[in-house]
Parts: sequence; structure tokens; C-alpha cells
Amino acid sequence: MSKSYFMGHYRMGNCTEKRLQTIIWFSTFSTLGVHDVHAGFVSVTGGSGSFVDSSFFLARRSIHPSVAHSRFTQQELPACKPILTPRWVISAFMLVSLVFIPIGVASLFASRDVVEIIDGYETHCIPQEFRNDKVKYIQTPGVKPCIRTMTVPKHMKKPIYVYYQLDNFYQNHRRYVKSRSDVQLRENKSENDVSSCEPEDIANGMPIVPCGLIAWSLFNDTYNFSRNNQPLTVNKKDISWKSDRDHKFGKNVFPKNFQSGKLVGGANLSSSIPLSEQEDLIVWMRTAALPTFRKLYGKIEVDLQKGEVINVTLENNYNTYSFNGKKKLVLSTTSWLGGKNDFLGIAYLTVGGLCLFLAMAFTVVYLIKPRRLGDPSYLSWNRNPGGH
Amino acid sequence: MIPISIKVSLDLVKSLYAKFIDWDNEMIDLETSTRSHATNTAISEDLGQVEYILTDKTGTLTENKMIFKRCCISGIFYGNESGDALKDVELLNAVASGSSDVIRFLTVMAVCNTVIPIQSKSGEILYKAQSQDEEALVRAAAHLHMIFVNKNANSLEINFNASIIQYEVLDTLEFTSDRKRMSIVIKDCRGGKTFLLSKGADEAILPHALPGQQTRTFAEAVEQYAQLGLRTLCLAWRELEEDEYREWSLMFKEANSTLVDREWRVAEVCQRLEHNLELLGVAAIEDRLQDGVPETIETLRKAGINFWMLTGDKQNTAIQIALSCNFVSPEPKGQLLLINGKTEDEVCTSLERVLLTMRTTNSEPKDVAFVVDGWALEIALKHYRKAFTELAILSRTAICCRVTPSQKAQLVELLKSCDYRTLAIGDGGNDVRMIQQADIGVGISGREGLQAARAADYSIGKFRFLKRLILVHGRYSYNRTAFLSQYSFYKSLLICFIQIFFSFISGVSGTSLFNSVSLMAYNVFYTSIPVLVSVLDKDLSERTVMQHPQILFYCQAGRLLNPSTFAGWFGRSLFHAIVVFAITIHAYAYDKSEMEELSMVALSGCIWLQAFVVSIETNSFTIPQLLAIWGNLAAFYVINWIVSALPSSGMYTIMFRLCRQPTYWVTMFLIVAAGMGPVLALKYFRYTYRSSKINILQQAERLGGPILSLGNIEPQPRSYDKDVCPLSISQPKNRNPVFEPLLSDSPNATRRSFGPGTPFDFFQSQSRLSSSYSRNCKDN
Repeated sequence: MSKSYFMGHYRMGNCTEKRLQTIIWFSTFSTLGVHDVHAGFVSVTGGSGSFVDSSFFLARRSIHPSVAHSRFTQQELPACKPILTPRWVISAFMLVSLVFIPIGVASLFASRDVVEIIDGYETHCIPQEFRNDKVKYIQTPGVKPCIRTMTVPKHMKKPIYVYYQLDNFYQNHRRYVKSRSDVQLRENKSENDVSSCEPEDIANGMPIVPCGLIAWSLFNDTYNFSRNNQPLTVNKKDISWKSDRDHKFGKNVFPKNFQSGKLVGGANLSSSIPLSEQEDLIVWMRTAALPTFRKLYGKIEVDLQKGEVINVTLENNYNTYSFNGKKKLVLSTTSWLGGKNDFLGIAYLTVGGLCLFLAMAFTVVYLIKPRRLGDPSYLSWNRNPGGH
Repeated sequence: MIPISIKVSLDLVKSLYAKFIDWDNEMIDLETSTRSHATNTAISEDLGQVEYILTDKTGTLTENKMIFKRCCISGIFYGNESGDALKDVELLNAVASGSSDVIRFLTVMAVCNTVIPIQSKSGEILYKAQSQDEEALVRAAAHLHMIFVNKNANSLEINFNASIIQYEVLDTLEFTSDRKRMSIVIKDCRGGKTFLLSKGADEAILPHALPGQQTRTFAEAVEQYAQLGLRTLCLAWRELEEDEYREWSLMFKEANSTLVDREWRVAEVCQRLEHNLELLGVAAIEDRLQDGVPETIETLRKAGINFWMLTGDKQNTAIQIALSCNFVSPEPKGQLLLINGKTEDEVCTSLERVLLTMRTTNSEPKDVAFVVDGWALEIALKHYRKAFTELAILSRTAICCRVTPSQKAQLVELLKSCDYRTLAIGDGGNDVRMIQQADIGVGISGREGLQAARAADYSIGKFRFLKRLILVHGRYSYNRTAFLSQYSFYKSLLICFIQIFFSFISGVSGTSLFNSVSLMAYNVFYTSIPVLVSVLDKDLSERTVMQHPQILFYCQAGRLLNPSTFAGWFGRSLFHAIVVFAITIHAYAYDKSEMEELSMVALSGCIWLQAFVVSIETNSFTIPQLLAIWGNLAAFYVINWIVSALPSSGMYTIMFRLCRQPTYWVTMFLIVAAGMGPVLALKYFRYTYRSSKINILQQAERLGGPILSLGNIEPQPRSYDKDVCPLSISQPKNRNPVFEPLLSDSPNATRRSFGPGTPFDFFQSQSRLSSSYSRNCKDN
């Protein structure tokens, strides 16, 4: 192994050459800023692969003052240079449309399979005589029962999810979203950590647990279902995220001083049940990003047959009237895509259709008006002077 | 958020551009093994936008390696046939036969200088000289058996035909740029006679010749040699009377010891001795063009760059050099317009006429250049600045001779004031001001030291590297910066638009859709690496760019980064924001509209889109780029999984939940297809049916096959002699001062080596099209 070895040509196999290149690239890259990184070889030619490993070591060790040659420093890394050929583009659009249209159909079917019963009750549950001043009605204390009936349009397989849907309710408002104390919800010892809970932080000189506007405005309509005069049990267990119950809401944090202020927002909480078991609160505290949202109320764990009439006895307590909010009761099954939502299916079909159209259009244009790629005559400096 | 991310990425990338210049193995000067070096890391992309190059001549275009080539001794021309006087048999015979004129000429060559000979151990004599010209003369004399052997404090020895002649040096009248000559007073130790030996520029020597002597032959010789681009020196001598010298010597000593105005006094005293000189002859010294200079200039001119030559040399020498290095095309395409005159009025009329000609010929595809000398330039800049500025804008080429360093800087200033991006290149101390004044200064680390290279933004070893510096490094840097900066705006705007849209559905309360960790990581981790690695992107291969330098026009005219391209990126970010936002809020409506989830869906949509945007805008994929783009996408998920695994974080379990939902993946694909489909369709359409020149060259390059009909233009090794020799030496007698046809009697003199019909011929005819092309485009 003579000295000229550094300067001369290495002979090695093709794949090892690539490996060496990669390693050298990394070694150079890792020492960016070091001025004279010598990658140790000048040119690589094919041949037998005898020296590879030792040469790699030599390559790393030898620091030559002037020569730093690697494909990276010379900007000669092997590159793949695709261009937008008609064939490539048309087949890409074709492929997308071929994939998207079936997915679109599948999602649309999935969405159509979902059976959904929606009942907007915010107006109906106000007695006729109070319809002019709904806010006053809702603000009068006392039980305000209301009976709604729903007919099952199609066979509904268990589990059937019971949601309440609020419209025009800005749970994503900046001040609303911030008005909570995660530490207080999690740990018993942090019950005084209410600084972020303005304006529902302290009542009667005591910190509120759980503090903040979100908890304060907890939804408090209740629903009781019955079928053929038989009560239909709604399972309210496991409606919240397990991770929330385990990590976000403490097992030894109990509601304290809650809804005891001058203004009562929403539901009250039993002070004997720890927050981690107050699942309605946990669901409510997962704030919605959109002003229209559904929150899980419970699950009905029996099948409902087509044509069955379901009676709902609800207590209309929650005041959405002062901001023209709407309240809906939703019973829904699920599919692999979740609830009933045609959007994805339609969007997939649209995009797939457009891609198909584009592929067709490009094909037609390509056939009618072929244009030779890279034709030098398109270079204006190759044209006649009279051409422009 | 926008400025910081742009600033950081740009700074990182720019330092890498500079490193690429430092690392470039094709820009190493193998003779002196100097690498190119970028001192200024901030302006690499400006290199790609150069419109004017102002270049020095000596040492920049030429090698600054002087070689004695021809001489004219008492009316006899030596070296005209062979091109090398040292090989001229007649001269050798004359030396051998001891012709007194020739011997006196050689004596002046060997003695009248400030060269110091150093005897090396091997017996060779090395000459140390401040001036390259003097060294050339001494070497030539030594070659002709007049060997300058030794120099002590007051005496020097010359070995002529094996006999030692000793002289006593009495005085040295040093060279100054005002006097343009130097003289030496010596005393022959054998004969005891005193002589004054002088050498200098023709205009400094010929007026002081002995009255009655025929100076015309010498003036013609000077003219002839200048036509060939040679530097000329007139040699003269005079025998001094003992009394005259003694008298003068006292005055000289006194002048040398004056405290006030010494330089002026000394010059005045010197003048008293330097008269009635007996002219001996004219020596012509060649300063060879550097390798590849004509090709470099031709390529760069084709790239739409205008060249101005600023030199301290004589007009004729400058014009000849300009011709031989493709500065101006020979007749009939090229045309030189002279601006001269000694008084204001003369300069004014001359300038007006040139302007008029320039305006009328501007529509024709002609290569018009103007020539101006330092004196006229001074007047023009002082009194007719407006007219001169107009001229500067109209003219693609200019030759300014006899200009001072400060005038060089003034010219740069003038072009800069017209909003042109200027590059000044030079090698010596006299170019430093010009280099510092220009937008980009390039120094050649040459024989005149490193002064210019130190002051410059870039230092290169040879002029020919300028081509690579501009066309490869400048162009790539510009392209990459254009993409990177616009992309940085795009990605930041994307997030901003989404936030704005979200504010409309959150009661315009200013809620952030994205949590603070995501917002921070978005610019730092999620979107910066793919675009940083786009510094490896090359739209066209270096070879294609070199073959089609016209493509540089896209950089000069700022086609890749201007309000309209910016509007394109702005529109793209708006469109993508709409796509991401609309799809997210519709796919994740009702029971799924949980804040943290929805925010992650929107964010992932952005990240997916940006990976595809970088991919679609990348022209060449290297392994690091592929790794960066897709590795970055994978890293996004890894980072978010890690954050989602921390119970204390706000988005605990979110990413795991999302990745388990089919809806999430279906939404992602929808965002990508809906976001990229139109972009791809539009890009394809423009690429194929409204293709830019870059696109066409890309297609040509990648579909293989011969790239255009032009063939490969390899730099032709050209020697100076080959091109110049066929030039007829006779001078066109009746010249029109303004409308001067260039070398009417030898139309294709500089291109004789290429016959008609060769690829080169074709290529040449392109250059004029390209010039009109780029002009037209610039007008648009």
C-alpha cells in the first residue's frame, strides 16, 4: 500500500462503490464546516473489490490539505431526474381516479349504512305560551319535562350511540377554551390552581373544583328512553376516553364549591363522585373545534327494529336560547368510517372523477396536438430572427 | 414566524453555497494549486444575476507573464516573420557580428532597470524584479548573450560574449506613472564615459528624442506592435558630458532632499537630463491571454452579460486584446466607436456622434462597442454624465483605456446607478476600489499579489473560472434561493391561512387551531429539512448550462423570484389552506370534532402536502433529498407519537387514536389528491404546452439524444500567436473617427482557425440572436 494509493484510482466492486460513496457523503456532511475534509479517493472505477474495507479506513483518516473530493462537495451525487412526460402524468391521474372512485363508493355506502335519528327539540320543548320568551322559560327554576317520540326508520344494530348535538355553540372560543385548569382536574393538592379559570375561579372565597367556564357550562339536559313502555337503558359508562379517565381527571379529586356562585351555568356535580368517574364532565371537557358538535350521552346496547317507536322523556334544562343555539338528540349507529357523513364519499368521487376527466383530457390533447418534448426549435435563440 | 424561518434557512443554505464554491475541484488553479474561495457567503445568488462584468486587462485577461517577442532596432524589424525575435536569425547574426546599434540596444535592455540578479547555488541566475516588463527584457537580453550577472551597491556587471563589462551606477531616475519612463546614469568602467540610458512609453520618449532624428519609423513600429496587442517600450540613450552630469547631479541631489513637493521637483530635474535622446529601438513584449479567456467571454456574452474592459493600457493594445478575446466581434458584425478629444467641446461632439450612431444601430443585430480613454472619460463623467449614462445603457461592450483606479470605481458606480448588477474582476491593487464598489467583486489571486483577492467577495485562480462561478454556482444558488425563499413563505402562509379560516368558525376570537408545540415544531422540524436539502437540487446539468448559457437570462431577469411567481406561491398556499381546512372540518364534523384531533388532522394534512410540494418542485432527486422529504414525513409521525405518549402533554394519545382511524388516512389521501392534483395538472400543462426554455432543456437533457444541433463546444486551446499572426500589420490610413470598421482588411482574422460551416460558425451566428433575444425579453 504505497503513498500513491491515496491519489490513484481505487478498484472496487460496484455495490461497494456505492456504499463507500454513501459513507463518505455522511462523513463529509457530518463535518460540514470543517474546511479540509479529505474523502481520500480521487476517482472510483469498477474492478475487483479487494481493498474496500481498508480503503474506507484510509479514506477517513487521511486528511489532505487541499483535496476534498466527494460527490457531495462536487455536487455530483447520483440523481434521479424525472420529468413530467405525458405518459407519466396521465397514468398518475388515471391511477388516482382508479383508486379514489372505489374508495369513494365504499365510503358512501358505509355512510349510507349508518342509521341516524335526529330530533331537534329546542323549540318543541318550550310550551306554546312561552315561545315568545324562551329565555325566561328556561331560566325559571323547576323541572321542565318534555316528551318526544322517534320512529326507527331502519333496523339499528347495537351499539346505538346517543348524542346530543349543539349548534351555534362556540366551544372553541379562545377565552372559553382557556378557562380550565388541567392541574386542578388531575391532582387533589392543586385545587388552588385556578388562575387560568377566570371568571369561574373562586366562589364565596373558595376555589371552585372543577373551575373554569367549560366545567361551569356543563350540559344538563337529560334523556330517558322507553320502548313499548319498557324503559330502554342507556349505558353511560365508558363514554369518555379511557386516557382521560386515567390520566387527565384525578381519582381523588372531588367536585367542591361547584355551581355555588351567583350565576349557575349548567349541570351540578355530585361532590361524592371523583372527577374520573364524572364521565359527562369528561366528555364535555373535550372541547369541540367546530360550533356544531355532537357529544356522546350514552350507548343503547340493544338492537332497535324498524318501525319501533321510541319515547324520550327529556328534561329541558340547558339554556341555548339566549344565543339562538339549537339542541338535537341524535341516535346513530356507526360504520368503519364513523357516523353518518357523506362528505368523504362525495369528495372521493369528485376528486376521482376530476382526475379521470383530466387524464382523458390530457390524453385527447396529447393525441390531437402532440408536442415533441425537448424540441430545440422551441428555444427562441435557435429560431430565425424573423420568428420573434 | 415567517422572517425567522426564512432567515435561518437562507443563512444555512447560503453558507453551503459558499462551501460548494470552495470545494469545487474544477475551479482549482493547478499551476499555483489555489482553490477558489468565497469570502462573502451572502451573495452567491447575485452571481447568477450579473448583468455587467467590468474587467481589468493585465493579469486578469492576460497571464501577466511578460515575454519579449519583437523589437525594432534602428528601423529594422526583428521577429516579424517568426513571431519571436529571440529566434530571429537576423537578430542573432547581428548580435554575433557585433552590430553597434544592436549591442547598445541590448545594453539598455540589460542595464536600464531595477532588476536584481541572484546567483543560485547551481550557477543559474535568477532575476528578482518589481516589474514584469523589466524582467522580460533582462531575460531576453540574457538570451541574446548580454547577461546581466551581478549588481552591487554602485556597480553592475554584464557578461557579453564571455567578456565581463563593468559599469558604475551613478544615478537611477525612477519610474513614476506620471513620467512613464525610467532612466539610469552609468559610467563605463573601462572607457570612463558616462551614459544616460532611458526606457519608457512611446509618448514619454519620442518627444524627447534628438532633434532631427527620424522618429517616424519608431512611431510606426510602436503602432504596429500595439495593433498586435503587444506592450511596447522605447529604448534610448545619450552620452553625457562630464560637466553636464556633474552640474545636474548636484541639482538631483538637492531635489531628492527637498521636503516640499519632492516628487514634482525630482521629476522636473529628471526632465532636464532626459532630452536629446538617441533612440535605439522599440521592444515589444507579449502578455499572453490566459487559457480559455475567449471562450469564457464568448459564453458569458451569450448569457447576456455585458462586458466592459477597464485598463490602464494604450488604446490600440486594449482594442487588440479585446478583439482576440471575443470582447468585440470582428467586422462586419462588430463595430468600434471611438470617443476622444482633448477639450470639452471635442469630447462633447464625439460623444454625441457616438450616441447617434449607437441609437441608429441599436435596432440592428450589431455588436457595437465604444472605446474611450481616460482623459475623455474624465470630461464625459464630469460634464456629460447624462449622455454618457445613456451610452452606457445602450452599449453592450465598452473598452476604457488609460483609466485610473478611481475612474474604474466611478464607472462601476455609474452602472450601479442605472440599476444594473455589476461584477468587477481584477487582480491588482489598482482594481481594489473597483472591486469594492461593485455589487460583486471577484479577485484573481495572480502574480500581482493577493491584494485584489483579499478585497473581493470571491477569489479565483484564473479568469476562465468566472464562467463556472457565474453559470454554475451563481445560477444554482439563485434557483435554489428562489425556491427556498418562496417555499418558506408558502409553508408559513399555509398555516396562517388555516388559522385565519379557523378564526371565522371560532367566533373570531383568535383561538389557535394548532397547539403551541406543533406551531413551534412546524417551522423548525416538520418543514425545514426537506427544503434545506433542496440545495442539492439541479434543474439542469452543468454541461447543459455551459452549452446554453442563454438560460442564465432567467436568473438575470429574475424570472424565478418576482411578484408574479410569488403570487403563484401565495395562491398555492391559499388553495392548499382551503383544501386542508375544508376537508378537515367536513371529514371531522359532528361527533369527531374534537379540538386536539382536528388540529392534528389539519397539521398532518399540511405536512403531507408540503412533502408533495417539495417533491413536485424538485428537479433532481438525490438520495439525501429523498431521505429528507420522506424521512421528514416519517419523523413527523415519530415526533408526534412520542409527544402523544407523554401523559402530561395536551395531545396525549391523540396521534395513536388518529392512526387507528381509517377516516384519518382516508382524509390524508383526499387532502393530498385534492391539493396536488390541480398543481400537477397546471404544472404539466405549462411544462408541456407553455414550456419555458428551462423546461425544454430539461426535456432535451433527460430524454437523452443529442442536445440540440449545436454539438459540444469544448474550449479550444488557443495561443495568442495563432490568432494574431495572420493579422495584416498595415494600418488603415484614412479612418473615420466615429464609424470605424474594425479591421476591414481581415474580416475573420480572429476566427481564422475555424472554417465556415463548422459547428462553431453556427454557434457564433447564434450569439447575435441571443443578444437581441435577451434585449427583447428585457424590454417585455
